[in-house]
Amino acid sequence: MNKILACIDTRGNTDAVIDWAAWASTRLGCPLEFLHVLERHPEVAAVADFSGAIGVDAQESLLKELSEKDEQHSLAMRAAGRELLSHARSRAAAAGACHLDARLRHGDFVNTAIELQGESDLYVLGEHRPAAAQARIRAEHDLERVIRAVSSSVLVATSEAFIAPQRVVVAFDGSPGARKALARLAQHPLVAGLPVLVAMVAPDTALARQQLEDAQNVLRAAGAVAQIERVAGEPQQVLPEIVKRHAPALLVMGAFGHSRLRRWLVGSTTSRLLRLSDVPVLILR
Amino acid sequence: MSSSTLRRDWLSNVRGDLLAGLVVALALIPEAIAFSIIAGVDPKVGLYASFSIAVILAFTGGRPGMISAATGAMALVMVLLVKEHGMQYLLAATVLTGVLQIMAGLLRLGALMRFVSRSVITGFVNALAILIFMAQLPELTNVSWVVYAMTAAGLAIIYGLPYITRAVPSPLVTIVVLTGVSLALGLDIRTVGDMGQLPDSLPVFLLPDVPLNWQTLAIIAPYSVTLAVVGLLESMMTAAIVDELTDTPSDKNRECVGQGVANIATGFIGGMAGCAMIGQSVINVKSGGRGRLSTLVAGLFLLILVVFLGEWVAKIPMAALVAVMIMVSIGTFSWDSVRKLREHPPSSSIVMIATVAVTVATHDLAKGVFVGVLLSGIFFAHKVGRVLRVDRRLSDDGRMRTYGVAGQVFFASAETLVNAFDFKEVIDRVVIDVSAAHFWDITAVSALDKVVLKFKREGTEVDVIGLNEASATMVDRFAVHDKPGAVEQLMH
Repeated sequence: MNKILACIDTRGNTDAVIDWAAWASTRLGCPLEFLHVLERHPEVAAVADFSGAIGVDAQESLLKELSEKDEQHSLAMRAAGRELLSHARSRAAAAGACHLDARLRHGDFVNTAIELQGESDLYVLGEHRPAAAQARIRAEHDLERVIRAVSSSVLVATSEAFIAPQRVVVAFDGSPGARKALARLAQHPLVAGLPVLVAMVAPDTALARQQLEDAQNVLRAAGAVAQIERVAGEPQQVLPEIVKRHAPALLVMGAFGHSRLRRWLVGSTTSRLLRLSDVPVLILR
Repeated sequence: MSSSTLRRDWLSNVRGDLLAGLVVALALIPEAIAFSIIAGVDPKVGLYASFSIAVILAFTGGRPGMISAATGAMALVMVLLVKEHGMQYLLAATVLTGVLQIMAGLLRLGALMRFVSRSVITGFVNALAILIFMAQLPELTNVSWVVYAMTAAGLAIIYGLPYITRAVPSPLVTIVVLTGVSLALGLDIRTVGDMGQLPDSLPVFLLPDVPLNWQTLAIIAPYSVTLAVVGLLESMMTAAIVDELTDTPSDKNRECVGQGVANIATGFIGGMAGCAMIGQSVINVKSGGRGRLSTLVAGLFLLILVVFLGEWVAKIPMAALVAVMIMVSIGTFSWDSVRKLREHPPSSSIVMIATVAVTVATHDLAKGVFVGVLLSGIFFAHKVGRVLRVDRRLSDDGRMRTYGVAGQVFFASAETLVNAFDFKEVIDRVVIDVSAAHFWDITAVSALDKVVLKFKREGTEVDVIGLNEASATMVDRFAVHDKPGAVEQLMH
């Protein structure tokens, strides 16, 4: 583990993201860096003048007007960004995290986050639940893109407030790959020591029961406290229900396997789940 | 092309693009009509062209938010072709222009724009503004005082109304008010309807009615080459302006190809060749247009307006159009460049003025730019040629002299190099140290050969030191610039 990167902005559940990041940082004992990206949207017009008339030195005066507007906007955003980052640092320090760092960058959030993936093993992201419909769709889209693009683990803080998880709920699909990954998960420093509930969304068949039992044995062999639960239904609805029943719990999705197709499929279940529920989700890689 | 790029280009600024597109469409109508009149064709030719060029470039262009349509720069080039050979040859030339522009785009000739200096661009823009203004003069000569009064009133509305409201396009108000006044008072002044046929239907596909032979090609090729060059020049300049205004990048080669596609299609629906428009693009950005949607809306709305309101468009007095075009001309002209004429280095000012003068004299922006680029090249060579120093040292016994050459040696400075040597001096041995010099071309090497030969004829022994280093820059394969420390090497 080299670093945790917590991406924050002013619109979402920022404090929950900071708290989750501080929790992860203390558990892992690794440095935590807050990232805030100042996004400028030159593709959106800030001013509109429908007079349609161009006077003397139209081009120069328009350039001056537009660049002054941009400058003012940038300065205000920069000041707000600095304030946000210092708030995050002090809040995380109060929560007991040390080795804190903050980074303010210009650019597009998704690309900046992807560019920095070599530096960090865990991303902590938030959601824009209270935002207006259009902004929310955009934010969800950004979240999905980051989850799919980075090869690090991602922790998505979906709720408004942070409660330290007392249990881990693992989404399990019964495949041999997933079973092997369970052992690795039990030893993962971020969740090691927490009781594990293996949740399988499948109809009640002998095979499913067998697979769950195998999973439990794998976990117990690895030294974890393991329980199992099987429910039929749609994963994106059933899984959050299970997590809420065992609150405070953290849902762990494995992005196991390396094929692009598989990653895409897992990503789509995950993003549907994130959209519908407000349970915290950890995507382990 | 990813879906996020598509979304950003089309849907990130929907409201701004829709409204700006409407404003631009209203401003495009008078321009398209005026430029058709300049070219000597029916207004419908320019209107169809503006529609198809704007709509196609919304999809194929490389610079979202830039407005392309029938333009004055292109209209001026085609005047003679229309006069001597007629409309059908213009359509054929338009198609050929498009083909040439696509080739230019595929050959990545957009990169050649870096040889067009700031002064040439300013000269181009100023010349364009002057030509647009001059094209209005026929409407203002030998006419009654009513036309002057109407034009003056139009300009007053255009520039005065924005002080009251910026919610409606003042050129539109000008046109509506002047048309209303003219109809109400039953004024006997020239209207758009007098200038030729207006569109009465949607454009249809038609092949230019010209014989497909070498003779036709020989007629249209010179015009097409000029049209292609002028079109690409104005488009690249406008793209650079929009890049700067919106602080976003553009794909210049895609724009070249896009312009070509638009012109080919336009030729086949009976429109004249066009390109990007500086004035309209500035209006679009000012009105809040940023994405491709603004261009599409401008083109579509323009067509809807002229096809369904054609009867009313015909009644617009020419004085109203003249007022709008004077506004475009004033807005396009770089007044700042006139104020800074004395501040700028004389060579830059000369380049700018020469570009304007040649263009206004020939009505051909390509010739103006050619002269401008040539002059800036010559001035640059002259300036760099002065970066050459030759110092001399005499040995203690007075029998050997060392010449140290440092600086840039090429065609413009070769003579200076030769003149720096003293051939009258009686001396046994001369050492020419060129290790601190750069020999850029054959002229530099032959100048050195000449010096050596001259000394030899005087019976002086000559040694040249460091020629390999000096001529390393001459080899065209050198590519030192992409190696680390290349600049230091050049400065040695």
